[in-house]
Amino acid sequence: MRIALFATCLGDTLFPEAVKSTAVLLARLGHDVVFPPQQTCCGQMHINTGYQREPVPLVRNFAEQFGDPAIEAVVVPSGSCAGSVRHQHEIVAERYGDAALRAGVATVKTKTYELSEFLVDVLGRTDVGAYFPHRVTYHPTCHSLRMLRVGEKPLRLLRAVEGIDLVELPEADACCGFGGTFAVKNAETSTAMLRDKMAHVTGTGAAVCTAGDSSCLMHIAGGLSRIRAGTRTLHLAQILASTRTVPHVLTEAAR
Amino acid sequence: MSSSTGRATNDTFLGMPAVPPRSPYGTGHLRGERTFPRAAHDELGNEQLRRNLGKATHSIRAKRLAVTGELPDWEQLRDTGSAIKTDTMNRLPELLEELERKVTERGGTVHWARDGVEANEIVTRLVRDTGSDEILKVKSMATQEIGLNEHLESQGIAALETDLAELIVQLADDRPSHILVPAIHRNRDEIREIFLRHIPGVDPALDADPARLAAAARAFLREKFMTTKVAVSGANFGIAETGTLAVVESEGNGRMCLTLPETLITVMGIEKVLPRFQDLEVFLQLLPRSSTGERMNPYTSLWTGVTPGDGPQEFHLVLLDNGRTAALADRIGRAALNCIRCSACLNVCPVYERTGGHAYGSTYPGPIGAVLTPQLAGMHGAKGDPNSSLPYASSLCGACFDACPVKIDIPSLLVELRHQHTEQAGTTAEKLAMKAAATVMKQTGLFTTAQKAAGLGRVLAGRDGTLSRLPPPLSGWSDSRDTPAPPQQTFRSWFASAEGAAAMRAAADEGARHTDDPQEAS
Ligand code: SF4
Repeated sequence: MRIALFATCLGDTLFPEAVKSTAVLLARLGHDVVFPPQQTCCGQMHINTGYQREPVPLVRNFAEQFGDPAIEAVVVPSGSCAGSVRHQHEIVAERYGDAALRAGVATVKTKTYELSEFLVDVLGRTDVGAYFPHRVTYHPTCHSLRMLRVGEKPLRLLRAVEGIDLVELPEADACCGFGGTFAVKNAETSTAMLRDKMAHVTGTGAAVCTAGDSSCLMHIAGGLSRIRAGTRTLHLAQILASTRTVPHVLTEAAR
Repeated sequence: MSSSTGRATNDTFLGMPAVPPRSPYGTGHLRGERTFPRAAHDELGNEQLRRNLGKATHSIRAKRLAVTGELPDWEQLRDTGSAIKTDTMNRLPELLEELERKVTERGGTVHWARDGVEANEIVTRLVRDTGSDEILKVKSMATQEIGLNEHLESQGIAALETDLAELIVQLADDRPSHILVPAIHRNRDEIREIFLRHIPGVDPALDADPARLAAAARAFLREKFMTTKVAVSGANFGIAETGTLAVVESEGNGRMCLTLPETLITVMGIEKVLPRFQDLEVFLQLLPRSSTGERMNPYTSLWTGVTPGDGPQEFHLVLLDNGRTAALADRIGRAALNCIRCSACLNVCPVYERTGGHAYGSTYPGPIGAVLTPQLAGMHGAKGDPNSSLPYASSLCGACFDACPVKIDIPSLLVELRHQHTEQAGTTAEKLAMKAAATVMKQTGLFTTAQKAAGLGRVLAGRDGTLSRLPPPLSGWSDSRDTPAPPQQTFRSWFASAEGAAAMRAAADEGARHTDDPQEAS
């Protein structure tokens, strides 16, 4: 299958390892992975902060970059960005777009998937041949959980990983407090939420907290690093891409 | 039309193209004094409050999940509730006129109040007409919203709350912190203190046992029930078809007020109307399960007009707009009027759980408050109105949407209100930054240049590769979180590099070697 990777602006710039793992994993599963080079950002930050005029060019660019009919699926290693493409782009297009934009948005929307959805629903795989012999706990990020309804899919993928010691995260479905610009505009409330999330994460004794969103992981990792917790975060894709032949080696500190 | 203010129905602007009135600035309790982040700062520092709130919301959440889970048709009930409310909002003017007709036919009097100021004046006049200078209150959000108690007091009329939690708040000269459990932020030791200090003649040996606290309040209230001639209530529902009003409650004190006094005045927000009597079937299942986690609330009182020789002999219904038609006129915002004030969204909200209700500055706190308050009272973005900070008082986690018995998509409404705010606020530094970011991000060339510039962060990072201090406006973020310095190479440059190409080839080869493996199809 010809799959276009949407790296997301955050993934491309700050968390390339998560995107590399996504690319490598999809290639390993036998697919033709392409990277439309003009891609940038889905505009989620703009839309969630209340700006809908400003991201119009971003929404248009996304629809143009991924509209190519030769692209059978767009895979995103981010629940919130996939959610934005699927649920928010049409709001912007409805309000400030033209007919072409509305049509473009409607087309890309139907073939855009978050990674775990794509693996389980489209490829029908839960065992992707991964090997990761560590204690792991999974945080279901809010947008994956409630905007995309990925449900148990990431957990099914994780359970199939060889050697993994998957431990349940208490109050897993509670928000970590990131929320994009919420963490800046309401930094103290966000921190109070983060503190509880970190207590639950470290309480599991896991070496790794994983999730399908680099943004939430950045927030959780930033907190864990500040308290020198020793637990690190890894994107779900990095665990799934780790194999016996090319295992992911845990580096020492959380960051 | 028996409007006591002499106005015709269509003056409430229903369906009219004119801009409908909001709740007037500076009246009632739909606006705090500080923005949400500033108010939250103080509340977050109160450890006791956080413990009380955390405990209460967690236990009520668990109860709610248990009783909603046991209904096989819970999802259908939610859909039905949502459909009935949506239908109601679509033909609100017609239903309200039907309600007025039926109430009048059954011997009640209907009054229309454009806003809280008018509603307060109407109630004051009605109380004066009875010759009484004290009233009993049934717990009511609408009267709190308009500040009725304070207004009555300024007019020399004493209003006594009879809901236990509401009484605690009133005695302590505090403000409610939750729609359903106004004293959620207080624990029993604090309540004992409040009773000792404020209930006349209370036993000085009173302890903090809940049963004994309740008994002390009951003794105090009982005497009031027997002697007070006027009561003011809200309404959970008003049935257009029959003119029936409904109040649901847990303690029975509401029922005392609804039956014992000679005159009953009900203040009801116009969105509380339901078309048919049978609709109650749906909402009497949805409401108690969502709010208190009970299968059924202990007391449901229904009354229709007046019945000679039984109950209050005079009944007035005040229909309150106070910004509701303004919300109704907004295609997207009108969904918020479907709210049945069950408070399920408050109880699951991680932000409410940390800050409590006071941080929202409004009678309506929590997720629905963040939506409803700016709609009823406006945001006045350019003037630094605290209400314009409310749509941002959410991480958009969506727990409220999942919990809402009438499926109000609160996160989408918040995003919509944020948009309205940025449109109203004109050109701000933030808007310029957002514009600039979009300009950079829409052109790949500029974007990759910016990525390289971001790479300079490595220079500023400490030895562990993290940034621990960021400049404003990011300093709030960096107070409690480290930020990773951008890595050497972006994904796109890796993917375009020889190394990236080799890695992708190797992965494809490895995959090809394993194609004989039994693949599981799930
Ligand atoms: S918005 Fe929904 S959950 Fe919140 S109080 Fe209203 S009806 Fe209840």
